[in-house]
Amino acid sequence: MKFMDEYRDAAIARRLLAEIARTVGGQGPMHKHVLMEICGGQTHTIMRYGLDELLPANIELVHGPGCPVCVTPLETIDKALELATRPEVILVSYGDMLRVPGSATDLFTVKAQGGDVRVVYSPTEALKIARQNADRKVVFLAIGFETTAPANAMAVWEAKQEKIGNFSMLVSHVLVPPAIRALMTSPDCLVNGFIAPGHVCTVVGYGEYEILSRDFHVPIVVGGFEPVDLLEAVLMLVRQLEKGEARAENQYVRATNYQGNLPAQRVIKDVFEIADQKWRGIGTIPASGLRIRDKYGDYDASRLFGLASINVDEPAECISAQVLQGLKKPTDCPAFGMRCTPQNPLGAPMVSSEGACAAYYNYRRHRGGSQASIVCSQ
Amino acid sequence: MDEKTNSLAQLSCPAPLPAKDTIVLGHGSGGRLSADLTRSIFLPAFANPVLSRLDDQAILNVKGVRLAFTTDSFVVKPLFFPGGDIGSLAVHGTVNDLAMGGAKPLFLSVAFIIEEGLSIAVLRRVVESLRAAAHDAGVEIVTGDTKVVEKGSGDQLFINTTGIGLVPDNLELSANRARPGDKVLLSGSIGEHGIAILAQREGLEFECPVESDSASLHNLVAAMLAAANIESGAIRCLRDPTRGGVSSTLNEIAEQSNIGIQLEESAIPIREEVRGACEMLGLDPLYVANEGKLIAIVAPETADAVLGAMRANPLGKNAQVIGAVVESAWPIVTIRTELGTSRCVDMLAGDQLPRIC
Repeated sequence: MKFMDEYRDAAIARRLLAEIARTVGGQGPMHKHVLMEICGGQTHTIMRYGLDELLPANIELVHGPGCPVCVTPLETIDKALELATRPEVILVSYGDMLRVPGSATDLFTVKAQGGDVRVVYSPTEALKIARQNADRKVVFLAIGFETTAPANAMAVWEAKQEKIGNFSMLVSHVLVPPAIRALMTSPDCLVNGFIAPGHVCTVVGYGEYEILSRDFHVPIVVGGFEPVDLLEAVLMLVRQLEKGEARAENQYVRATNYQGNLPAQRVIKDVFEIADQKWRGIGTIPASGLRIRDKYGDYDASRLFGLASINVDEPAECISAQVLQGLKKPTDCPAFGMRCTPQNPLGAPMVSSEGACAAYYNYRRHRGGSQASIVCSQ
Repeated sequence: MDEKTNSLAQLSCPAPLPAKDTIVLGHGSGGRLSADLTRSIFLPAFANPVLSRLDDQAILNVKGVRLAFTTDSFVVKPLFFPGGDIGSLAVHGTVNDLAMGGAKPLFLSVAFIIEEGLSIAVLRRVVESLRAAAHDAGVEIVTGDTKVVEKGSGDQLFINTTGIGLVPDNLELSANRARPGDKVLLSGSIGEHGIAILAQREGLEFECPVESDSASLHNLVAAMLAAANIESGAIRCLRDPTRGGVSSTLNEIAEQSNIGIQLEESAIPIREEVRGACEMLGLDPLYVANEGKLIAIVAPETADAVLGAMRANPLGKNAQVIGAVVESAWPIVTIRTELGTSRCVDMLAGDQLPRIC
């Protein structure tokens, strides 16, 4: 398939791996590059193709917070669950969100008990459901990073244009650059290079990553999602690190440019404003989220349904906090693969296909000797 | 309780488990949840040696005659889809369950559960399709039943078919017979049924529309059995990878034979349009349903002969050896990527596509 096969080509991948091995300098712990891929889609590819195992031993890949399902706060899930039980509401969401456990239950279970919960691939389908069900209130659970923001903003914009009064959004939108800033200012941070999320940059460009790169003297490469993309991004990072440079570069040139998609940025800015945002497992990061502007307040489910008062304290014990910040690997968790599996997820990173824990569980259980492989035998 | 288990029991987490007292759609997906339901509810209640083999059909010895016996219900939505409809599917599904036991399918029963309000024209169309598919498969529909439920208590039309077939003497096929060294054969490209249904449901349009592969496989099976010496037991097991896809079927075989299965990613045939649709929708073709494909576990010395017989049949012309059975300390399916690394291929955990068969 064009634009895909060439980015999964084993011969090209081997050439890039050889080049990485040549470029990387001395061996041993003193000469270690810790690289973080931000996006869960990238984590998924790394695990699916075992890229981390093909890299030289002194390059470590750690996994970032870019799994939208994983970082959606528990209180948003609980709000959605509460809405889904109301008879007048049709709750519409992306499929992954249905399995995320809230405080007491999940959307699949609410659906099985009679809640009207529907899965769509795009918020415009939710608008269609609203048009077809004028007597019901259709709420779209709008989560995600900058990538999903234009489509979500567009749905609100369209609803207002068409005066669709029974459509609203429960929004939990997060932004990548403030999260990188929070990671870099943490005293525990070991990351010395970032693979930035290609699709986020397709929307917003990578000007902000230039600033981050300068502020923290850290190389950042905007990367794609196929194995060849990721290996090339690693090579670009290693080249900079070996020379002591720190710049923002773009590997994903076939989809991303410096300024991004300007019309998309305009509609985001029109509908949303930047706000403080809670990240599941990480906590509140200043100015790291989007909320619906007052002029579109009639489409904000939180205001319409008086949901602002629901507030859930998230206990800090779960290791997903460290996993999402790249401080620990999923296999460091004593519950991994034992009490916590995709069938019985204890935390969100085990639920979403973009979650690091699910990626390790799905692709790595055949490794001998680990706890997870023991589980596999049961 | 050892120390490790103890510490796990005390581990707290911000996301407690949801209640497990309700049936969710995933219980019908043919994956892990379905298997759990069978193991925890059905098997303990009905336990007997025939059932506990957990094959697609029961093989019964009745006064010296070996019968294959199976049943399947069809709740596909939409009723009509590219490449088939609920009527033809209801024949193919049950015929194939018999065929996977090596049986020559003979008779079917058909039961209709109809929702009040269904147009007679739709019912006629489905019945005509059923008739044609049964005729093509050489089976007779010899008994049936009709129930009508109130509007809202069903979804247009559900069909159950039950089938009986004749199994050759000395033929033993079962998912517990795979042995290290055996080859894994797949009869053709995967994922077409699931993608055809999804495309229809979601209104997705492709340049080359994907059609369901729904078909009766008993003639292909007969050709394969003829190519192998039945008494040698060289064909260990046949399975049609329907709901849950190739991955779930292979995991079941691995579990029942207590072996490992190693696949070659590059050997698995997938049509371009199915690959494209899967990429777009975020699906893995290994988990997408098929209704006209089979997986055979075959002794290595006989694999070439069986593969040749498959390729000589129109329904097996794209057949491939996709992997091999290996020794393993626990049942597991792995796949070797084109980069030479390997990963685990798990059973479908929940529900990938709603109501596809």
